[in-house]
Amino acid sequence: MECQECHERPATLHFTQYINGQKSEVHVCEVCAKEKGYMNYPEEGYSLHNLLSGLMNFDTSTIKGPQQNTFKQVQELQCPKCEMTFSEFKQVGKFGCAVCYDTFSGRLDPIFRRVHAGNTKHQGKIPKRQGGDLHKKKLLEDYKMKLRRLIEDEAFEEAAEIRDKIKALENKPEDPEEGDPS
Amino acid sequence: MTLQNFMNEAISPWMREEGPDSDIVLSSRIRLARNFANISYPIIADKDKLEEIRDFFRDNYEHQSFEEYKDFAFVAIGDLSPVEKRVLVEKHLISPHLAENAETAAAIISENEQVSLMVNEEDHIRIQLYFPGFQLENALQKAFTFDDFLEEKVNYAFDETRGYLTSCPTNVGTGMRASVMMHLPALAMTKQINRMIPAINQLGLVVRGIYGEGSEAVGSIFQISNQITLGKTEEDIVEDLQSVVKQLIDHERKARTRIMEQSRTSLEDRIFRSYGVLEYSRIIESKEAAVCLSNVRLGIDLGFIENVSRNILNELMILTQPGFLQQYAKRTLSANERDVLRASLIRERLQLEK
Repeated sequence: MECQECHERPATLHFTQYINGQKSEVHVCEVCAKEKGYMNYPEEGYSLHNLLSGLMNFDTSTIKGPQQNTFKQVQELQCPKCEMTFSEFKQVGKFGCAVCYDTFSGRLDPIFRRVHAGNTKHQGKIPKRQGGDLHKKKLLEDYKMKLRRLIEDEAFEEAAEIRDKIKALENKPEDPEEGDPS
Repeated sequence: MTLQNFMNEAISPWMREEGPDSDIVLSSRIRLARNFANISYPIIADKDKLEEIRDFFRDNYEHQSFEEYKDFAFVAIGDLSPVEKRVLVEKHLISPHLAENAETAAAIISENEQVSLMVNEEDHIRIQLYFPGFQLENALQKAFTFDDFLEEKVNYAFDETRGYLTSCPTNVGTGMRASVMMHLPALAMTKQINRMIPAINQLGLVVRGIYGEGSEAVGSIFQISNQITLGKTEEDIVEDLQSVVKQLIDHERKARTRIMEQSRTSLEDRIFRSYGVLEYSRIIESKEAAVCLSNVRLGIDLGFIENVSRNILNELMILTQPGFLQQYAKRTLSANERDVLRASLIRERLQLEK
């Protein structure tokens, strides 16, 4: 079985996780397990505060054992806008500005995954004015998901309606290069 | 609209309307966290930048209106006395955290107190919207339109993948906290609530007591809110919360019926003892007052006590908080003085009902 994260290495760690009552099987290699924060879950019964400071201090060395990291010089990440460093961020538990999200982006997935029950990607509202093309993109995604579901359920008449809607959206002149259907 | 109006009345105008399921759900709230894209967040930003933000809100929104939310008051937190700050916190118009950020913090509050906007809290902008009773969907729709209204002039920190970029990682994504305030005396009395809280937590929701420190609920009032803000739509989050609230309402009603069937007299005794304490005591601590008010409110809901308005719980819970008492007395009061004044205000308020 290959690792579900990198699809390269064989999965060597197999476990079941319960997030918000939802059960899911996880098959990953050791490298991805460390990177993606699948390991080192805190025990149950913590307060939000413990949780936060605990997860901010997430450090791969706790998995590998400290000795392996001793010789590795870690370059400290620092936000070019607000000058917050990654270790300050871990300590305070707050971002200093919007740019921090880019600066620390490579290290945020494990944190978000823990705080938000495995989620790392926004699904909600898009700003009305600033959102621009994103509104259309999201609508298309929603339609396509609906279409897949309808086809699975063999509701072909409704599926055809949705397909027409997708076509109409995609053929809108202001954005001709939008993706390819089917 | 002036600050004085907010100070004088314990009960916000929107609370006077009765919402759906208001025998159990006191209020529904949606809070959205938003930030300016190009300014550092309040924990780290320079003071002059934060002052610019504060002034932006005064210049653009003071005395403005949006739909039914009229005549926004602009309140600079730095201009308030400690008692005034406390009153706004007790009315849930501002957070304790905002009250501490006095230097650059401000609030924009609509005339009916249904919308309040906190400026330079943990995030630059916190939009809060209250509805009476169980009306999360309405509150969400209104919060969205209000959010769009602000976005006409504000460039939000937003990213396609991460959503609304907040100061705290626990708010990123939707930036939304949806919550309901529930009165659950029967579930508390039968201790069922203690078994239900861990189950609710499993669903990514949080239960805490009102004016909540820890999970102790004073007067059987619980706040239930979402924990997760990333990876789900606002509508889905609200739907999940709603389904849990519906179950809690159902369980609470069943528990009330069961107590009525099994131990009606002792319940009646408990309710009327509390009524007696409120009506006749001369010294009462806030915790005892909260417990008695909860029992009396239950007595009203169950029909034991007639001719007393349901709102009395909401109103007196706020009116008997330390800040409000001192606002009323127009001076600082010691704990003992507060207990005396609290007892006398409650007696007067109950007299008004007669």
